[in-house]
Amino acid sequence: MIGLTHYLTVAAILFTIGVLGIFLNRRNVILMLMAIELILLAVNINLVAFSAYLGDLTGQVLAMFVLTVAAAEAAIGLAILVIFFRRRGSIAVDDVNRMHG
Amino acid sequence: MHPVLFIVFLPLIAAIIAGLFGRWIGKTPAKVVTTGALMIGALLSWPIFFQYISGGAGPVVVPVLKWMQSGTLNVDWALRVDSLTAVMLVVVTSVSSLVHLYSWGYMAEDPSQPRFFAYLSLFSFAMLMLVTADSLVQMFFGWEGVGLASYLLIGFWYHKPSANAAALKAFVVNRVGDFGFSLGIFGTFLVFGTVSIPAILAAAPGMAGSTIGFAGMRVDTMTVLCLLLFVGAMGKSAQVPLHTWLPDAMEGPTPVSALIHAATMVTAGVFMVCRLSPMFEVSETARTVVTYIGALTCIFAATVGCAQNDIKRVIAYSTCSQLGYMFFAAGVGAYGAAMFHLFTHAFFKALLFLGAGSVIHAMHHEQDMRYYGALRKAIPITFWVMVVGTLAITGVGVEVGGGFGFAGFWSKDAILQSAWANGSVSGTIAFWTGSLAALLTSFYSWRLIFLTFFGDARWAASEHIQHAVHGHADHPDEEHGDSSHDPHHVAVTGTAGYHPHESPLTMLVPIVLLAIGALLAGQIFHPTFIGVESAPEYWRGIIAFSHHLAEAAESTPAWVKLTPTIVMLLGLWIAWNNYIRHPGSADRFVGYLPGVYRFVANKWYFDELFDRIFVRPSLWLGRLFWHRGDEKTIDRFGPHGAAYAVGVSNRVTYRLQTGYLYSYALVMLLGLIGAASWAIWWAAK
Repeated sequence: MIGLTHYLTVAAILFTIGVLGIFLNRRNVILMLMAIELILLAVNINLVAFSAYLGDLTGQVLAMFVLTVAAAEAAIGLAILVIFFRRRGSIAVDDVNRMHG
Repeated sequence: MHPVLFIVFLPLIAAIIAGLFGRWIGKTPAKVVTTGALMIGALLSWPIFFQYISGGAGPVVVPVLKWMQSGTLNVDWALRVDSLTAVMLVVVTSVSSLVHLYSWGYMAEDPSQPRFFAYLSLFSFAMLMLVTADSLVQMFFGWEGVGLASYLLIGFWYHKPSANAAALKAFVVNRVGDFGFSLGIFGTFLVFGTVSIPAILAAAPGMAGSTIGFAGMRVDTMTVLCLLLFVGAMGKSAQVPLHTWLPDAMEGPTPVSALIHAATMVTAGVFMVCRLSPMFEVSETARTVVTYIGALTCIFAATVGCAQNDIKRVIAYSTCSQLGYMFFAAGVGAYGAAMFHLFTHAFFKALLFLGAGSVIHAMHHEQDMRYYGALRKAIPITFWVMVVGTLAITGVGVEVGGGFGFAGFWSKDAILQSAWANGSVSGTIAFWTGSLAALLTSFYSWRLIFLTFFGDARWAASEHIQHAVHGHADHPDEEHGDSSHDPHHVAVTGTAGYHPHESPLTMLVPIVLLAIGALLAGQIFHPTFIGVESAPEYWRGIIAFSHHLAEAAESTPAWVKLTPTIVMLLGLWIAWNNYIRHPGSADRFVGYLPGVYRFVANKWYFDELFDRIFVRPSLWLGRLFWHRGDEKTIDRFGPHGAAYAVGVSNRVTYRLQTGYLYSYALVMLLGLIGAASWAIWWAAK
């Protein structure tokens, strides 16, 4: 029987992969966006799992919101990326350090 | 309105006009206003003096303003006129007005004459405030005022570093004396509960034998008060060991030396001791100290005066020595003789200084007597008045037929006789010291005359004369002759084609008038000051004039009376022998006793001693606080430390800001972990 613990474990693994994807990834900003999506999905799994477990719909509603925001965020992120690539000719993570004053 | 109001305040008004508005009204109006104010003062002062001589006036107090009232301390501005003040009024206004007039000629080429005359008048005002003071606080006001004016005038040529140094030295050394004086005033207020001079003097005899706690000991009240006040007098009147500023003060213009550092300001200490003489009469110990200090200064300055080559410094040491006479006169109780010597000294010493100024003027600002010689024919009027001054200071006169003599004859002999007649050990020591100093006085005074006016012209070696001859004619300041020249220096004879010129009329009139004063002041006024019958009539208890001592001084043995005259002639003979009969024998004599000569020529090493004891430790302490205290502690941990800390933290935060996204994300993550941990473990409790 698959219980709450299994869902949470999967979510934790996905979350960790997402976090490591942000830090260890030195190649590509797209990978970073994908890692963020992974983190959001991990959170969504947690929300849905707890919602089912507690019999409370609020968590699932919130998960729908998160999906919407994640879609918008991905769209904006990719748009920025395209413009960035046009200007700089590269989307390697190590080249993106314009925030260094 | 009492005339003393005009005498005191006209110089102040003149000083304000000349000082603040001198630029607009021009130099001649400034000179007219200041000189006029002092001349009016002199014309008003002499009648006051004669009123007191004829016995027609008692002490007068003219109230001016309320000053301060705090608890039991009550100080008013009030001008006090009595027989003692009358003497000082005459001295100050007469010498001051003559010096003002003299400065018309002497300072004619100076670019800032209004400032000079304003300072002179300001000085006269402060000095008059001092002598008319009715309370110790007002006297202190005048005391500090003359100190300020002295500082300003010594440093008048402020572009000369040596003048600035001398002005500072005068001010700082006087601070030491003034510290004693102010402690004396505080103590007097503590003991008597008032600062009014008549009230203090009336209460003083009642305090005999009482004691007071001072510096952790029980000491005699009146002794400690008198000694503290005397410390102030020592500073102002250049007594050993606070004399070091006076010779350096010669950096100022010569009229200033004549007015401030000979005739008036330096006698303020003597005046103060005489004014407070009923207090000093109570304390035997204090008077003994005054006697010894006076005698020591007297002989010290006389020896140093013999070895100086700068004409102004010779006269400066002479002043110091004569002040010593006045103090030991006061110390032995002969206050009348002290005031008399103050009075005559003002005339002949101002005369000698102004005469020296005339010589310096003629010799194009050369002050070294080794470059003078043979000036008798070139500047005859100056020569004759200087001779009168020298006759006065050496005390030429005869006892026969009621006596006739120059000013110093009367006053100096009175002092020496009083010292002998006093009969105490200190009085006897003072008599012998004073007699020896009289010999030296005669020697150095005639040495000055002989070196300056007789012998061969030695002008050629002087840089100033060479400047004058070779056409670099005008530099307005007198740069003092460097007294550290080689004493065995071979004089170059010759005139170098230079023609000295007699001074203008504005300079000659004052010195001739002072010469008349030096000739007659002793002759005319000796009954007033020291006469056995007439002096008590004049002083009327204003100073503690001792009828008994005056009588004893009159009836001293003949040899005591003749001693001053004998030593005077001896000094004259030594000077004549060394500088006229056998020129060069002075150098040979010095060659026999090089150690003594060095000791005397270096002024008994007082400056060097003070340098070691006070100046260097102060500098060391100052540097310690500066380097260790300020730089290495306050600055290091204060402003510099703060700046350094900001720099370091800047570098750290600069490193933190990498610009890489994952760094920021990492920090966010760490922050999140931290916040979550806190929420789980601590906030849950």
